[in-house]
Amino acid sequence: MPVTMTLLHDGRVDEISVADLARPTIPPDQLESLLGWELKPEGLCQGYMCIPVDQDDLVGEDGLDLRVLADALQRPFVTDEKHAVASLGASHHDRGEALASLDAPNFTLPDLGGNLHSLSDERGKKVLLVAYASW
Amino acid sequence: MINVPTILWIDEEGRIARPNDVAFGSNQFKEMTGIDSEAHLERLRAWVRGEGPAMTPEEVRAAQTLPTAADQEARAEFTLAWWLSQQGHAEDAEPHYVRAGELAPHDFTIRRGTMLIRGLDPMGEDFMKIVTEWTEAGNTFYRPLEPVSAS
Repeated sequence: MPVTMTLLHDGRVDEISVADLARPTIPPDQLESLLGWELKPEGLCQGYMCIPVDQDDLVGEDGLDLRVLADALQRPFVTDEKHAVASLGASHHDRGEALASLDAPNFTLPDLGGNLHSLSDERGKKVLLVAYASW
Repeated sequence: MINVPTILWIDEEGRIARPNDVAFGSNQFKEMTGIDSEAHLERLRAWVRGEGPAMTPEEVRAAQTLPTAADQEARAEFTLAWWLSQQGHAEDAEPHYVRAGELAPHDFTIRRGTMLIRGLDPMGEDFMKIVTEWTEAGNTFYRPLEPVSAS
């Protein structure tokens, strides 16, 4: 009987229906809406880029094996079966490439008054970003 | 970001002009950290006033520490643990916090930053225990870029 699993990924929380918590899968038609990839004969594709993948390993009766998918995308995938939750992390390759681009990623945080501030608001100024902790 | 304090310089175009570095705003903790705050502050003032350079893109890239697969797996474990904590499953979150620390033992934003959530003391014995283990294994707790922040 299918069970509902919570999938944490890309800053999102999605509920997916899986047949086996030890081998979570997603339906092929949810691949694009969940993760932004398409399965084509040449592999996993995003725009013009395709990653070859062994489709016999990836595609089973219950859908696309999330562990095989994560491996193909070089993304970490960890689970907690007791609470039916999984975390699909970011690829170290993608993170490294983003950092090496030297483009500071935008973010938005509230100040003590609850007013939101984005890094992009400071464009045109030099910015010193300080992360500290008072513990 | 793997520890605090961490500073980052970002230029007018939104580009990283100095990668993550250890720098303090004052010398309040100099005796403990061995890091003189003035070296960074002088360089920062000069950069802001247009009297001194930041780093070239090549220097920034050479000074960056890019994440490994284990670092990213640690972050995935942390995400899972945090979600479990938020759902009221603190006990079941604990092994995931521990695993995250094992995967990235140098990442004190995970190891120290999660201590309060886990009922541990980030300023007391619990923290000193992990720092002592880390440094006695030959590692450095604060790793400033050279030569700016090193005393």
